[in-house]
This record gives sequence, structure tokens and C-alpha cells, in this order.
Amino acid sequence: MLPWYQYLIVFAIGGFICMLGQILIITTKITTARILVLFELIGVFLTAIGIYEPISDFAKAGVNVPIIGFGAALAKGAIDAVKTQGLLGVFTGGLGAVAGGIAAAIGFGFLFGSIFKARTKKY
Amino acid sequence: MTEQERNERYNQYVEAKIAKTHPWPSLFNAFCIGGLICVIGQLFNDMLLDVFPTLTTQNAWTYTLIFLIFIASFLTGLGVFDKIAVHAGAGTIVPITGFSNSIASPAMEFKNEGIVFGMCAKMFVIAGPVIVFGTVASIIVGLIYLFV
Repeated sequence: MLPWYQYLIVFAIGGFICMLGQILIITTKITTARILVLFELIGVFLTAIGIYEPISDFAKAGVNVPIIGFGAALAKGAIDAVKTQGLLGVFTGGLGAVAGGIAAAIGFGFLFGSIFKARTKKY
Repeated sequence: MTEQERNERYNQYVEAKIAKTHPWPSLFNAFCIGGLICVIGQLFNDMLLDVFPTLTTQNAWTYTLIFLIFIASFLTGLGVFDKIAVHAGAGTIVPITGFSNSIASPAMEFKNEGIVFGMCAKMFVIAGPVIVFGTVASIIVGLIYLFV
């Protein structure tokens, strides 16, 4: 277990990233898909220029749990695989690194989508 | 009345009917719920490493994401996720829970249009762009690192 202030950092940075997303929603009426893609590409970019790793050492789940971490894992997977496998790594590295997350999302989505019935949304 | 005038009048009408909410509470909610989800992820990750100290950091994070994805899909199925998301806004969208919800929710919703073209095709309405952009970006990054 980490000391308590580490969880405070995780809370503050994770919350701040989500708040940035909420500011985007309020000011530009951006759609869910665009928000996810935008934050994912930010993660890819930060990893590509090499400043994601120090940020994630500091903020841990604060940046790894937001979709930024998903993009970062894609980019990091590609970079690592290129170093060991060369050209093949360009194609296998990215998706290979996030295969667990994508398979889980599709698998559980299929499972619970089959089991549960959609409800009428009340807003 | 031309079509353009009619559209303008319609837009004004919609603008007047939309409930005016103050932005500050929604920012606060997004901050708190988004932060909380990240803390839950961190707690799970730390407990996992306590129980299985041999896990690599990378694999522990993958387990953590799978755990959060499982919870989010399950809560989506129960209908609880939508209730939280109404208040949280980006607080549930931006974490990996939003990705999970974006797959589970249409899977449930479009089930009655058939398994193949309803459920399985519509699953990727939102997740599709995320996977496509992510994959293309990772190929580009890979190519850059290959040649630089």
C-alpha cells in the first residue's frame, strides 16, 4: 500500500483530467466519441515525445485510468516492440499492449449485453 | 419563410427550451467522481501487487483496467452506470469506464435489431473510432521510432 498522500495525488490529477473533459463538454458540446479519441491521442503524443513516463511515475492511476493511459499503452507497446522486432513491431506492438483491455471490454460487453435488457432512459 | 430562416427559428426555440444548468456543480461532480474512479483503480492495483508480488507493473495495470472495465460493464447492465453518468458527465466518460460503457450500452440497446447487425455491429459505434485512431496513431509512432 502507498502512503495516504499518494492517493490524494491520484485523486487530484485523475479528477483534474476528468474536469478538463467536462469543460470541453460544456464549452463545445463535444460528443463522447470525440472526447475519448482526443484524450487517447493526447496519451499517444505524450508517450511519443517521452514525457508520459515521468508523469505516470508521479500520478500513477491518475493518468493510467483515464483513457490517456490507454493511448499511452498503445504508443509504448509500439515503441518497445519496434526495438525488439523491428518492422513487425510497428504492427504488433500497439494493439498487443492493449489487447487485454479491448478483449475485456468486448467480452464483458457481449456477456452483459446478452444478459441484461435495455431500460428506457429517464433524464 | 426560407429553409434557413426556419432552421434559425428552430435553433432559437431549442436554445430557449434547453434546461439552463450552472457549469460549476457539473465540474465539481466530474472532478470528484473521476478522481474517485482513479483512486479505486490505484487501490485495486496496490492490493493486487500485495497479494501477487511477482506480477510485473505492466501486467498489474492490465489487470486493474480489466477490473474497472468489468465493473463498468456490469453497472451498465444493471442500469446503475447511466444514473451515475447523468451527474458525473466527463467523470465517468474520460476514465476507461467510459470506453467500457460505450461498448456495453449499445450492445444492450440494439440487441432487438439482431445479434449480428444489431448487437455486434453497434457495439463499436463509439469504441470503433477509439480503436481505429489509437491503432493508426500507434503505427505512426512505431514507424517514427523505426526510422529515427
